[in-house]
Formats: sequence, structure tokens, C-alpha cells
Amino acid sequence: MSDTGMNKKVQIHEGDPNTTGHEWDGIMEFDNPMPRWWLWIFYATIVWGIGYSIAYPAWPLVSEATNGLLGWSSRGKVQAEIAMVEAANAPVNAKLEQLELDRIPSDPELSGYAVSAGSAVFKTWCAQCHGSGAAGAKGYPNLLDDDWLWGGTMEDIHTTISYGIRNEESDDARYSAMPAFGRDELLGKEEVSQVVNYVMSLSGEPQDASQVAAGAVVYADNCASCHAEDGSGDRTQGAPNLRDAIWLYGGDYETLHETVWNARYGVMPNWDTRLSEAEIRAVSAYVHQLGGGE
Amino acid sequence: MSDSSQAPSLYAAREPIFPRRVSGKFRTLKWVIMAVTLGIYYLVPWIRWDRGPELPDQAVLLDLAGRRFYFFWIEIWPHEFYFVAGLLIMAGLGLFLFTSALGRVWCGYACPQTVWTDLFILVERWIEGDRNARLRLHRQTKWDFRKARLRMTKWVAWLLIGLATGGAWVFYFADAPTLARDLVTGQAHPVAYTTMAILTFTTFFFGGFAREQICIYACPWPRIQAAMMDEDTLTVGYRDWRGEPRGKHRKSVEAEALGDCIDCMACVNVCPMGIDIRKGQQMECITCALCIDACDDIMAKVGKPRGLIDYMALSDEANERAGKPPRPVWQHVLRPRTLLYTLLWGGVGLGLVFMLFIRADISMTVAPVRNPTFVTLSDGTIRNTYDVRLLNKHGEARAFEISVVGDPALSISLEGEEGAMVTVPADTTTLQRVYIAAPAGSVPAMADNSDLRLWVEDLTSGERASRDTTFNGQGH
Repeated sequence: MSDTGMNKKVQIHEGDPNTTGHEWDGIMEFDNPMPRWWLWIFYATIVWGIGYSIAYPAWPLVSEATNGLLGWSSRGKVQAEIAMVEAANAPVNAKLEQLELDRIPSDPELSGYAVSAGSAVFKTWCAQCHGSGAAGAKGYPNLLDDDWLWGGTMEDIHTTISYGIRNEESDDARYSAMPAFGRDELLGKEEVSQVVNYVMSLSGEPQDASQVAAGAVVYADNCASCHAEDGSGDRTQGAPNLRDAIWLYGGDYETLHETVWNARYGVMPNWDTRLSEAEIRAVSAYVHQLGGGE
Repeated sequence: MSDSSQAPSLYAAREPIFPRRVSGKFRTLKWVIMAVTLGIYYLVPWIRWDRGPELPDQAVLLDLAGRRFYFFWIEIWPHEFYFVAGLLIMAGLGLFLFTSALGRVWCGYACPQTVWTDLFILVERWIEGDRNARLRLHRQTKWDFRKARLRMTKWVAWLLIGLATGGAWVFYFADAPTLARDLVTGQAHPVAYTTMAILTFTTFFFGGFAREQICIYACPWPRIQAAMMDEDTLTVGYRDWRGEPRGKHRKSVEAEALGDCIDCMACVNVCPMGIDIRKGQQMECITCALCIDACDDIMAKVGKPRGLIDYMALSDEANERAGKPPRPVWQHVLRPRTLLYTLLWGGVGLGLVFMLFIRADISMTVAPVRNPTFVTLSDGTIRNTYDVRLLNKHGEARAFEISVVGDPALSISLEGEEGAMVTVPADTTTLQRVYIAAPAGSVPAMADNSDLRLWVEDLTSGERASRDTTFNGQGH
């Protein structure tokens, strides 16, 4: 490209602005004046900046900053947004509080809201014991399965959450207590061993078959009143089903022996004084749809 | 600063420009492009397109609140935003292509700043007259009734154009007839009014007052374009070897000593950028070609051949100077660089069309619940939970059947549903908890994990989609 226009020397014409005098490989730099309106915009930004720093929090002082004439604050903004969300949720919360409990899951709009809201409540207040995935832990029931100590209908779950279990705060708390058969010497060592083997036989776990027959007698005399004659438990007393594959504390010999010897006393707080009715209903709906709702 | 008369001033006021009316083939082309582009811009929101009762019937609609983009028969969901990205890439490559072939043709013909400024100058000419009348009005320092009337009429007309511009913009984001009624009755959302106010003001100010200042000082594109032009790019140039020495052709003067340029200033007077193209290529030139029309007109009147000012490539300029003939236009336009841009542009376009045809109207995503990995039921059954999001792009609600393919021991059930059917409302997604269970002691229940495939099928149309996932057993 030796003969093309690209290599032409820049022509300076009469009346062109001055150049800065810099030259790089034949390229020179015009020294054009800036447009005056740029200057105006610069002044306008200064005026704007002054006005802004007066209207909004700006200048740092010793312990705080100037507040600004408009009284704006990021905290106030968050509070306003929270209030806005609460106001927007008020109608659906009111509806949630009024509808019969067992009809909530079949109302798509309401249950969708309740499950979302209940999920937040669960992760805030319930996950500490029942786990963030609601799978529970030793002594804390798994809420995903189809086994319930006190019942798995919306009504049952709602009552459990509202008043809790074996707590001393609520008069309506669900209450039952298993005797400490070994510690309180209601049964001898041998009898406890026999009844543990019998209970293990109910759910088909490997057990010492020689003790089962004697254990059945001990069971009928001491356990059947709560856990039922066939071992299927009693939800009105919160007595666990002993025939299924689910154990709250464990189904091996040592754990069951410990359970019969010392008894168990699981406690759940009442939530009616800490959560609103809408929140309790929301978290009930959430738990109900985790996979075990009845 | 000893010699202040030599020092350039740091700031300069804008030199007002009063482009004269011109007619010619490029001016006609510009009128056509203006009519088409403005027509598209103002009218498209009003085109209706039937999508069924549950979807908007606006042909082009950016539904930001509903997160949908409707373009005639195409509907874009947020996760398909790559279509928009692809279109932007095509727009970029298209600009590269046109700039390397035809220089600043975008700036001169199609850029909104140019089109609206052209429109504003047209209105200005209707109200205040052509260049000379406008110059007189500008130089008249006393604001008499006539000047005030003309200025006010012009500004009101500009404001109305600005209002229509801002008004048309908001119609792309909501149902146009409804929004138009709401705007008039004062019921529309404040955002609509604010957007209209901002666009009215910017249109009024950019088209009426800022004009070429935007191109020279505010727009980055002219600077980028310089990197895409080479000696084959067609730009507007002046054949100085033919025109110089310029001068008025008087009979007495030795006319044969003068070039073709009669120094009539027609090219300068019509220029919307206020430059003299005879000085050669300049940063300000948007290659709108109005000077070509103006000069061709004069050349015809003085009986000289057209093209004293013309589209030409720098390489031709050198050829012509050396007495060689210029190369034909297609040889300038068709070169490896423009072919590469065309190839890339077409490739992206074909890719987008391909993607448009293969995308499914129903699909699903499967998120296995891993907290916990499995649940033991009272009869010893091992159960896994999956959060399945079903997507229905049809304009009506569809009932989908979910099924599992894998170990025969696996069975499926749905939270809140009796069978395996889920109804997904029109044009939306639904989250469904799906349980897959393996009886106690079965192979998948005892294994660490086993593969399975979930199918979703629209039983009426037969459309279906699948996802692979795994089932976690209790392991050993």
C-alpha cells in the first residue's frame, strides 16, 4: 500500500485549529477547543453534587454523617420495603388464618403461598432440631416419612406446632411419659432384656429368639396399654409404632435397652406465643407437603 | 502565555449550522429510509397477533413484569436470552460489515440521531424557511412577534415529535391500546410517564439543539469505525485534482486555468455537520452524501460531468490521481474482510434460526433433593424426592404425565396428586415434588445409587421430554 491515500501526509489547511506540536510517525494532534456546553455540564454536575449532599446523607462527622434534608436512610428504605411486603401479604395471611386447616392443601394459590412462607419459618425456627431438610436426628422426628407420633393431618401438625410437646410453658402441650422401667426398678434386668428382644421381633429385626416368648409376657403386662397389644402404638398418647422400620432413637439392642431402662422424654416448645397464627398455619402446610402428610 | 493571541481558546461555542434543502438520489434514498425506519418504530407496537385467549395479542411486546418477550410467532423466555445476545452480536457484526464496505453508512442513513435530526431540520425548514431565511432569523437579535411565533411553533412541533417518540417507546413494554387509554386518562404507571418525559426531552434536545454535537463529542461509534475502514472502504470524497484550482467561472478570466469547482459553497451549505468536504476526509463526516447531491446538481447546471464530490475509495483516489481508471465498486465491496464479516454474520444468524426450530415447547428440569439423600418409610421402603420443574410454552394449559424408566422395582408418586398427572397452566412453569420409591430389600433400595430417567409426556399431543437422574439407596 505504498501509493494509497493511507500514507498521505496530513494536510494542514488555512483556518484549521492549531496543533499541539506533537507528532508521531507523521500523525499530528489538533489542539481543538472543547465545546463550551461541556463546561456547562461540568458546572451543572458541581451544582447537582452540592444539592445532593444537602438532600441526602453525605458528610462524615465524628460519630455519624449528616442526615440530609430528605431524611433518607438505607435502614428506613429496608423498613419501608418490609412494611410494603407485609401490607401486600396481609390479605393472603388473613385468608390463610380463616380457611379450614384441611382445605389449605387443596387451594393451589393459598398452599403455594403457605409452603413458601412456611419454608422460611421452618428454616428460621425448626431447622435447629429437625434439620434444614426436615430429616430430623436422633430424638428429633424425621418429618419426611409417613410415620407420625401424634398424627400427620393438617389439624394434628397444627396442634403439635402450636402447643408443643411435654413443655412446661403451654397447658395444652401434648403430654405423655414412658416409665423408666429399669432405672425405677419396675422391671428386672432380665425382663428388660426379654422385652427388648420381643420388640425387635415385632419389626423383624435379628433378635435372641429364646427370649421372645418371655418378652411377650412382659410386653403384655407393661407396654401394651400404650403401644397397643400388637405394638402398633397409639397416636393419642404419642406412643410410637414398634412394628415399622422407623426408630426415633434407634432400633438396635443397646439403644432399645437404654430406651426401656431410662425412658425417653422428648420436648418440643410451644410456638403459639412466638409465631403468628398465619405463620403456624404456613409452617404446618409446609411440613404437611414434605412427603408424609395425611 | 506571552502571546495570548496565538493561544487557542480552551472552550468554544457551537457554530450554528443551517443546512440548505437539497434534492437528488441520495436525498431521496434518505427520505425513504427515514419513512421506513420511523414507520417501523411508531407503528409496530400497534400490530396485533393472536396467540390464544391467555396470552397478549401484541405482535412485538417486551413483557418485563411477566418476563416474556413476544415477537410475532416467537416467544422468548428468560433462559433463552441467548437469542437476544445472538441478535446483538449480529447487529455488531452487521455494523462491522457495513462500515468496512461502505464507511459510516449507518451514521449517514440509519442512525436514530441522524434520522430524527433530519426530521427536526425538515420541520424547521417548513416553519422558518430554508437556509437563508433561517440565517436571517438567527441573526435578527430583536425578538419581535414574528420571531417569537416562529420559534414557538417550531419548538412545539419538536416537542410533539419528542412526545410521540417517547410515547411509542413505552408501547413496546405494555399492551399499546390499553396503555394509550391509561396515558390519556392519567391512569398509567408513573414509570410510563417518566420514561416518556425523559425520551421527549432527549429527543427534543438531541434533535433540535445538540444535533451534530452528539456525533462529534458524545458517540463512541465514530472512533471505533476508524479501525474498520481501509483504503477499499467507500467514503465521500472530493476529486481535488479535477476541481482545483477552484474559482468562479467568469468569461473574462482564463476559465481553462480553473478546475471544475466553481466554489459555489453548495456542498458546504447542505452539510448537516457543517464541514467542507473539499478539505478531505474528516472526523465529523457521517457520509450522508447530501454534498454529492448538491454538487451533482451544480455540475449539471454548469455543464460538467457529475461526481466532483462522490463516493470513492482511498485506493481509487490514488489511482485516479495517477491517471489510472478506478476499480468497479463490487471489487471494493467484495474482499476477504467483508466476506469474513458476512460469513460470521450469517453463521450466527443460521445458528439462531436452528436453535429456534429445535427448542422444545415442553421440557423439565430435575433437581434431586439431597437433604436427606433418601427417606426410610415405615414399611422399610426407600424413597427419594425430586423437585421437578415442568415447563409449558403452549398458549393453553396442558396435562402432563410423569413416568420413570429404570429398575422395575421403582415406583413413582406425586405430592398432592392422586395419579402421575400434573396440569401446567398456559405459558408458565410448575414446580412438582416427585417421589420415587423402592421396596425394602429391592435392588435399588440396597444399592448405593442407580440410574433412572424421568419422562414427561403430553398425552394429547404426544410431545415428551426426559431427564436423567439417579436414585440413592441405603447402600451398605
